[in-house]
Amino acid sequence: MLQELSLNVLDIVSNSIRAGANLIEITVEVDRERDSLTIEINDNGCGMTKEQLAMVEDPFYTTRTTRKIGLGVPFFKMAALGTGGSFHISSAPKAGTKVSASFILSHIDRMPLGDINSTIHTLITMNTQIDFVYTYKFDNKQFVLDTRQFREILGDIPLDNPEVSAYIKEYLEENKNGTDDGYQI
Amino acid sequence: MKSLEELKAIREKMQGQIGLRSESSEKTRVVVGMATCGIASGARPVLNALSDAVQSKGLSNVQVTMTGCIGLCQYEPIVEVFEPGKDKVTYVKMTPEKALEVVDQHLIRGQVVSKYTIAEVLG
Repeated sequence: MLQELSLNVLDIVSNSIRAGANLIEITVEVDRERDSLTIEINDNGCGMTKEQLAMVEDPFYTTRTTRKIGLGVPFFKMAALGTGGSFHISSAPKAGTKVSASFILSHIDRMPLGDINSTIHTLITMNTQIDFVYTYKFDNKQFVLDTRQFREILGDIPLDNPEVSAYIKEYLEENKNGTDDGYQI
Repeated sequence: MKSLEELKAIREKMQGQIGLRSESSEKTRVVVGMATCGIASGARPVLNALSDAVQSKGLSNVQVTMTGCIGLCQYEPIVEVFEPGKDKVTYVKMTPEKALEVVDQHLIRGQVVSKYTIAEVLG
């Protein structure tokens, strides 16, 4: 078990990275009125065949060779279903993969979202060859971080440059607080 | 709120310096295992501690990256240090505190912190 949903996001996005994606969209949506938290990860990686897709929620399936089990997807699924939410993966070869998990926001077993900013910051600065579009929605407010927009301004300065990295960290913090007023999810 | 204008300012500031970075010196790579096993064992705080320390101490010849599972899940969080021309050093069961020791002793002073290496822990 992972301790917070932001760690599940980090874990699931690692699959997108290994699938050779160069554009990964991550959306976190909190809707207090509908009592829901939805997390979506959409990549343009190599995708999966029907057979692989059927196996991917099985903990004893993994494509890696270093060990025989793969718990990333099962953990995420369990976290969602345990709240009475839902979990869905769609994928096709060469068309990328979309993972979507919905949680009942107020359910006692819903894990906290945790430090989602840290997950996004780590993903961006550790994978500078990949573009990320991170959307954070809270009730009727939202903000978007699109690294393609950053790159356009930065030119050849890499996203892991210390000053840029610090900027991204602050950008995430300030915009998240501006969107949810520091509400603990 | 943070604006894109600030990013433009960073760009302008960096513009003059960018050409000066030499590609000649080989970098030391510090790799943190960030598969499910690593993440569940606390690899994210270790990774953050390493990249923050490397940045704040200005170790421009060190690159911190993440990788998948290396097959030693029970010893996660694992940190591997690849120095050019030297054998790989594998640190196991890491914490942010141990990681900072590795930065100070190994990455800065060149002394491997033997007590945290896999050889030592396995006995």
